[in-house]
Amino acid sequence: MEKYAPLLEADDEVVTHSYVSDVKMPSGRTIALITLDNGKDHTRPNTLGPHTLLQFAEKLDELKERAKKKEIHGVAVTGKPYYLAAGADLSHVQDIKDRKIGRLIAELGHYSLEKLDGLGVPSFVFINGLALGGGLEIALNANYRTINETAPAVALPEVFIGLIPGWGGAYLLPNLIGIRNSLKVILENPLKQNRMLKPEEVLELGIADKMFGSARFLEESLAWADEVIGGKKVKRKHEPGAVEKATMWGPAVSIMRSTVEEKLGKVPLSPYLALDLIAAAKSGSKEAAFKREDDAIEELIASDQFRASIYAFNLVQKHAKKPSGAPDKALARKVGKVGVLGAGLMASQFALLFLRRLEVPVVITDVSQERIDKGIEYITSELDKLVKKGRLSLDNRNRYVGNLSGSLDYAAFADCDWVIEAVFEELKIKQEVFAKIEEVVSEDCILATNTSSLSVDAMAKTLKHPERLVGFHFFNPVAVMPLVEVVRAKKSSDEAVATAMEVAKNLKKTAVITSDSAGFVVNRLLGYLLGEAMRAVDEGASFEEVAAAIAPLGLPMNPFDLLELVGLKVGAHVLDSMHAFNQERFYASENLHKLAEHGKLLERDAKGKIKGYDKKAVEIVAGGKNARTAAEIFESVQVGLAKEVKLMLEEKVVQTPQDIDLCMIMGAAWPFHLGGITPYLDRSGASEKAFKDSFHNPMIIGVRA
Amino acid sequence: MQTQDVFFIDGVRTPFGKAGEKGVYWKTRADDLVVKTMIGLLERHPDLPKEAIDDVAIAAATQYGDQGLQIGRSASILAGLPLSVPGYSIDRWCAGAMTSVTTTGSAIGIGAYDIALAGGVEHMGHHPMGEGADPNPRFLAEKLVDPSAMNMGNTAEKIHDRFPHLTKERSDAFAVASQQKAAKAYADGKIQKDLIAVSAASDAGWNLVTTDELLRPESNLEGMKDLKTPFRPHGKVTAGNASPLTDGATMSLIAGEGAVKKYGLKPKMKMVSFAFAGVEPEIMGIGPIPATEKALAKAGLKMDDIGLIEINEAFAIQVLSFLDHFGLADDDPKINPWGGAIAMGHPLASSGVRLMNQLARHFEDNPKVRYGMTTMCIGLGMGGTVIWENSNYKG
Repeated sequence: MEKYAPLLEADDEVVTHSYVSDVKMPSGRTIALITLDNGKDHTRPNTLGPHTLLQFAEKLDELKERAKKKEIHGVAVTGKPYYLAAGADLSHVQDIKDRKIGRLIAELGHYSLEKLDGLGVPSFVFINGLALGGGLEIALNANYRTINETAPAVALPEVFIGLIPGWGGAYLLPNLIGIRNSLKVILENPLKQNRMLKPEEVLELGIADKMFGSARFLEESLAWADEVIGGKKVKRKHEPGAVEKATMWGPAVSIMRSTVEEKLGKVPLSPYLALDLIAAAKSGSKEAAFKREDDAIEELIASDQFRASIYAFNLVQKHAKKPSGAPDKALARKVGKVGVLGAGLMASQFALLFLRRLEVPVVITDVSQERIDKGIEYITSELDKLVKKGRLSLDNRNRYVGNLSGSLDYAAFADCDWVIEAVFEELKIKQEVFAKIEEVVSEDCILATNTSSLSVDAMAKTLKHPERLVGFHFFNPVAVMPLVEVVRAKKSSDEAVATAMEVAKNLKKTAVITSDSAGFVVNRLLGYLLGEAMRAVDEGASFEEVAAAIAPLGLPMNPFDLLELVGLKVGAHVLDSMHAFNQERFYASENLHKLAEHGKLLERDAKGKIKGYDKKAVEIVAGGKNARTAAEIFESVQVGLAKEVKLMLEEKVVQTPQDIDLCMIMGAAWPFHLGGITPYLDRSGASEKAFKDSFHNPMIIGVRA
Repeated sequence: MQTQDVFFIDGVRTPFGKAGEKGVYWKTRADDLVVKTMIGLLERHPDLPKEAIDDVAIAAATQYGDQGLQIGRSASILAGLPLSVPGYSIDRWCAGAMTSVTTTGSAIGIGAYDIALAGGVEHMGHHPMGEGADPNPRFLAEKLVDPSAMNMGNTAEKIHDRFPHLTKERSDAFAVASQQKAAKAYADGKIQKDLIAVSAASDAGWNLVTTDELLRPESNLEGMKDLKTPFRPHGKVTAGNASPLTDGATMSLIAGEGAVKKYGLKPKMKMVSFAFAGVEPEIMGIGPIPATEKALAKAGLKMDDIGLIEINEAFAIQVLSFLDHFGLADDDPKINPWGGAIAMGHPLASSGVRLMNQLARHFEDNPKVRYGMTTMCIGLGMGGTVIWENSNYKG
């Protein structure tokens, strides 16, 4: 196919081959079974690159001919063990310099997969395992589908990485399973931390016609296919009819559109393009629909947002697993018992996490037996809740409760290998408890502090063995937020840092190593952003105006919603400590303290939905006389962020822009379409204005034409 | 506990495959083969509650790798049986599955069990016979066994030595007949009834295996003449008159009369008696003779009472020695009416249940026959025989 030649230039595609074998069924019919197999083991799923798609198309053309000659009576597609396919091969998309080539990817996918419809005999896809994106679209292009009841994940995750299902999915899925179900699969799930479908849901939603157990999945799928070829009727209860198209389609799309706007704002491209495609899918020809998908893919692949998303996706998938500046893993000490200093809410959350993830004894302490008892009661009740939800077995609950103890006497910490403090955020108190703990623990015990605003170096100063102390900064809520900033203080030993990295990994957290500097990464940048928002308010702009001014950045939450979420007191404290670090760059707001005193900033309806700003809060901040324009506010925030990030890299808070971006994605939920933050600062020109260069060279941008 | 009659309710097997890299099951695990037979068999009895199964006995001659891990238990878990159903492994080399049936049958007979699954598996591609074995040096040093006893081909040559009138020509003729009978049985759709299709991975995609891979219906006496004799120069045993190296699994459902009534099961045959007997290891192929005599004596029957015989064709000569002993003709129609292991293959520990499956089907086709027998030889010098009564008998 001459047309697709430009896609075939890269010679490193891991080709997923289409192997055809004729299966003679007891009925006398022959089903041509295509197995997709890239010849690699289970660590390398099938992917769909251009050579793969062309080979698939070629085999389908041959089978069409054979069907004409009545040599075969059906065509079925399945994958190598555990995988149908993990989707399009995106390994070269970020290098595409020409919009037309991006479009070819969509066109080739359509050209190839569409052949499954119109072979002259029925086509089936047996979803034997993982089927994501283009992998699932193979199935959608076929006439019938079965699913293995143990398939680990099925999804159309395109919107999660800034794309749309562009090989037929955006048209075929809604026409197969109805508008509501398809919105769930194409939008809702990808936007819920890329949630995947379980096989029962795949069946229930109507994506698959039939589900079979894994031990005889292929045998039973073939037998079922044979019955269907023989005339067995397949019912599809979710297939949309004229009434659904006339009455439900539009409203359902509108509701989803406003949900997306509420959740993500209007900046991200792909969810809205997906919505447009789904809205249009209710009428018109398949050909026209596929052309619309081609248009959307062309636009997205050329876009800055998609390039940033791919960059961000790779950070989370790959960079997160190889932390910059991590010492040799072999230096990590084995942690067989954990001590938690404190029994308050934060400390109890730590203890709970350590119990569940490290599965070792955990001892907690506090200033009174009463506080300890309260902590233990909280942890036990949280474990019981998990049992009730079916997320924890009774055996494991008993194991964890048995592993948990509390003691007023620090002697109970003597055999701990790892002790983390979560006591009051005051240097002297932390120094005191560490001094006491150092008297009882062995020399090999690693100490960790969860401080967010104090110097780890200062804390280490009063230790006999300052090299054993590291920072271990969690984000709230501890169980949910995936980031830990591991703070390497000046004297922290490689053993201490390596142990902290290993502990973080075992807690299933992503760890980034930072230096001991104010706010580390996340609080420093959030502190800057929130400070600037309050500065603009104090100058006289309204909450609404400031939120609108910063909205083009595309953050999922505006600064004021975020302030209320983290707590106004906590917010004021972060701003104060950053201001103390550098009064020029970091703004501290008196008004924020007053708002914290008042206790609320937002006005909510009965359901807790945000309606606007609290009247009293608006009064509190009123009176500024030097309001800047939205454009001025936005420009100063962007350039200020660029300067701050540049400074952080110069100060070696972290080693690379990638580390900063990973922190903001994992620790502050900044979106993929910003690439964290540095790709955005480059492409928006803020980097150029701030320091006459860019963080990335070449910049992470789409096609400029 | 109360003693009760023991019944063979039903049996299935995988199609048998050629052992080795070129075989259909090279990329399929042994435990997966046996799991598919378990599921396939139970799907034929949807009204039987799975938790009613008292035990699962699965034989394998090599209990290692994909045939290890207490395959009776591990395969039960993999087949999705309730965790309350126990399982265990059995080993008596070629008579493994036969021993699974006689052992669980015995437990049913004394009333300890009501229902059991009994079968076997051998993936000879993954596990060549005797894999990992470490024979005690005393066997040779003290001449406890002839060195040739470890090689089954040699033991077959030895039968020719002992019975010179059982010639290579007779062996070859028996083997060709086996191929022809199997081909006819396939053409008549007889064998397929109890085959559970298996999806098998290969480097070139999945296949669905629905027939035995090793059949050689085109075999003829002329072609047999010049085959190599791998065990001796100018020997008599060839690839043509011996069973090939094979992969496959079998499974049967065995029940007592109580369970038959309770769950409305339809027995195909009733266990009348069984016996195992030992012979010199270096001529293990004659093992079925003493085992059969013992089993007949226990049943109070004579060979004349036995209307149908399924004897495992490890080697043609070994079958001939049995027929010769009992005064049966080489082409007696009551012997292996659908051919045997020479045509279909002999995945060691699974073959016993294949014999029973086929005998049960012959019984259905021959309601005038009351008694039948399954018998086979066993490496290291043994034989095993089970005598069955036709549940469809209309005398």
